[in-house]
Amino acid sequence: MRPVSPFAQKLSASRATGPHSSMFLRMLVRAAVLRRGRAAAALFAMVVAAAVATAVLNLYADVQAKLRGEFRNYGANIIVASKDGASLPADALARVESLLNGRGIAAPFALVVARASSGQPVVVAGTDFERVRQLDHWWSVTNWPAASHQALIGMRARSAISPQQQPFDLTFSGRTINLTPAGTVQTGAAEDNRIYISLPDFTAWTGILPSTIEVAASGTPEEIATTMRELTQALPSAEVRPVRQIVEGEARVLGKTRATLFAASALIVLTAALCVLSTLMGWVFDRRKDFAMMKALGASGRLLSGFFAAEAASLGAVGSLIGYVVGIGLAAWIGRVNFHASIAPRFSVLPVVMVASIAVTLLAAIIPISLLRRVQPAVILRGE
Amino acid sequence: MFARLVYESFRRQKRRKLLAGAAITLGVTVATAMIAVATDIGDKISRELRTIGANLVVTPQDEALDVNIGGVHLQPPSDSAYLSEADLPKIKGIFWHNNITAFAPMLPVNVTVDIPGSSGGKKEVTLLGTYFAKQVSYGKQGFVTGVRKTHSWWRVSGAWPADHSSDLLIGERLARTLPYKVGDEIALSGHSVKIAGILSTGSAEDDQIVAPLALAQAILGKPGAVRRIYVSAITKPEDALARRDPRSLTGPMYDRWYCSPYPQSIAYQLQEAIPHSHAEQIRQVAQNEGAVLTKIEGLFFLVTLAALLASALAVSAAMATAIFERRGEVGLMKALGAGKMAVASIFFAEATLLALIGGVAGFAAGSVLARQIGRTIFDSQISVQPVLLPVVLVIAVLVTILGSATSIRGAVSLDPVYALRGEL
Repeated sequence: MRPVSPFAQKLSASRATGPHSSMFLRMLVRAAVLRRGRAAAALFAMVVAAAVATAVLNLYADVQAKLRGEFRNYGANIIVASKDGASLPADALARVESLLNGRGIAAPFALVVARASSGQPVVVAGTDFERVRQLDHWWSVTNWPAASHQALIGMRARSAISPQQQPFDLTFSGRTINLTPAGTVQTGAAEDNRIYISLPDFTAWTGILPSTIEVAASGTPEEIATTMRELTQALPSAEVRPVRQIVEGEARVLGKTRATLFAASALIVLTAALCVLSTLMGWVFDRRKDFAMMKALGASGRLLSGFFAAEAASLGAVGSLIGYVVGIGLAAWIGRVNFHASIAPRFSVLPVVMVASIAVTLLAAIIPISLLRRVQPAVILRGE
Repeated sequence: MFARLVYESFRRQKRRKLLAGAAITLGVTVATAMIAVATDIGDKISRELRTIGANLVVTPQDEALDVNIGGVHLQPPSDSAYLSEADLPKIKGIFWHNNITAFAPMLPVNVTVDIPGSSGGKKEVTLLGTYFAKQVSYGKQGFVTGVRKTHSWWRVSGAWPADHSSDLLIGERLARTLPYKVGDEIALSGHSVKIAGILSTGSAEDDQIVAPLALAQAILGKPGAVRRIYVSAITKPEDALARRDPRSLTGPMYDRWYCSPYPQSIAYQLQEAIPHSHAEQIRQVAQNEGAVLTKIEGLFFLVTLAALLASALAVSAAMATAIFERRGEVGLMKALGAGKMAVASIFFAEATLLALIGGVAGFAAGSVLARQIGRTIFDSQISVQPVLLPVVLVIAVLVTILGSATSIRGAVSLDPVYALRGEL
């Protein structure tokens, strides 16, 4: 052991405990300024790692909401139907819409079987075209009816009822309506066999009110379950049921996508952390001469560990802050490119990224320091 | 001499080489796994989306107008045209037969159910004949298909009927109006049948009876008749080419259209395979599937880019550290008369070798990781294409060389005197 004077002992003790904050800060700043290249490289690694981690975590938190939006294009996930073929109350649609309060779309449907002048029976549906347009995006429609007494004809019904797009008559319980085809609808399902007219025309002609309301409610499975409960309470005379294949398919696909994204995020965050770890360890290791010099000048082990730890922590903090901002930008860009909707920055990600960054940088500083502490300063200074 | 220098460097500095090699291996592992997952995710999600139901429907070419509200057929479709059950296995003979996950024939028949107790008790209901899980064979190939695959959201309390039996399922809403329970024998338009279970689907079938196809054909008196076929196929999101009319396409464009698994081209091939049929996509399922798939594939493409960025950075950081630690060696070589080129080429050769070793190890580890992800999340394999290996190796070598280039340039331009004294 090298001889240590009582004075130096006292000095180092007071340094270790007492705050020499101005000197401490100056050393931190000078260390970064003097070795700009290496410090910048370490900071760069930290920023990229934090940015990628922020972007991926933000995406992970938001992707479910974004994909749920995509699934709403499948149309209704709740059906409100009257029991035993009766009509729903006249204010049913208004009640459903006030309950939804903007968190979904509802479209009413009323159905009867009418006869064409040839005697051919055909299903005629009364609906609200504006709402159907928003609810059923997959309908391939040549031209939506705009005026009264215009009809939207299914592809198959067209060849049976109005092959030349000519006006036609339909009869229901003795009353006849004259309709002009506005366009055709093709879906590959039951709609192709039907004729759609506006609800006011339908009610004036048949005197029948809607028997079904199709609802596309947005939100998490819990929110949709709550909406269904509220609908049941609001319309006791109706039956409220989920469209099970849509609800189940959505849950499956979202669950799998989220799990895969989780695995990907974990891999990316791990790689980024290891990158920071190896860069910083190299940086600290390169500074073993500074370390040895300070130790030779009488700094205690605790002070030195504190110094390098503070340096690493400030690098982690600065790097993660810049990285967070860059990562938010990255996530927003991905949202714009892929989902055509911005991904809201999540501030809850910041503390996670920051604490993890500081933890990684501290780890990267402490491993080489604990190795160096065992070595005599003279050995390091001689360059061995 | 050159080879010996490189060889000795690997032999004597095992720890350093191991560290840099581990970083490269890890980077390549993540990159390989992510590329494999991203290229396969569309196919996997497409399979999951099949829970939403069949995306194609095949009907007779000259089918009469279907008059049906809420699953109740108001006009007996007895005069309508039918498809032939014998043609069904041909679905598995089309070009994209591997993409057909399942199909289910449907034959609705109107039947009367006797209700004992009530006066003159008879009730008109629709009976739907179909396959539940039927063993079908095409050529030497056998497979199981039916509603249990195409309509996976159907739930049965009781048992699923066997396809060769005369057992049937009763829709849950219909069951509430009938005084029968599971296991009872009932008379159905003159046929004696057994209730195997109660079916719950959340849609029209809740008001119907679902029975094996053979029973429906026997009631209708038309053996081999099928009204429509629902087909579940794994498809590719449609693009501009998919929407073109095949009759307007010529030569290579037609081949490309025909050989892409678009909903349209699979429908076209189904129509070719089954005589007198008309196949169409069910737009609610097929159209939205394309949208969802495009979004998920795009998401994973971008996430893969982020993973590649992170692994490239990790590799270059490790290489930079590895070279920085060897300044003393550079000083010695230069003091002995080595030129910049000679020193740099040694470093580049070492980096390339390291990248190749790490690349192969990483590729193997990445394949295992991708397989593991596939097994735990999708219950099916994610296979890594062997063609990915050269691609990954080239990327690994490029990233390693680019990542170490700056450090190598810095190292070779050092003054040997300072380098040997350990001063930067």
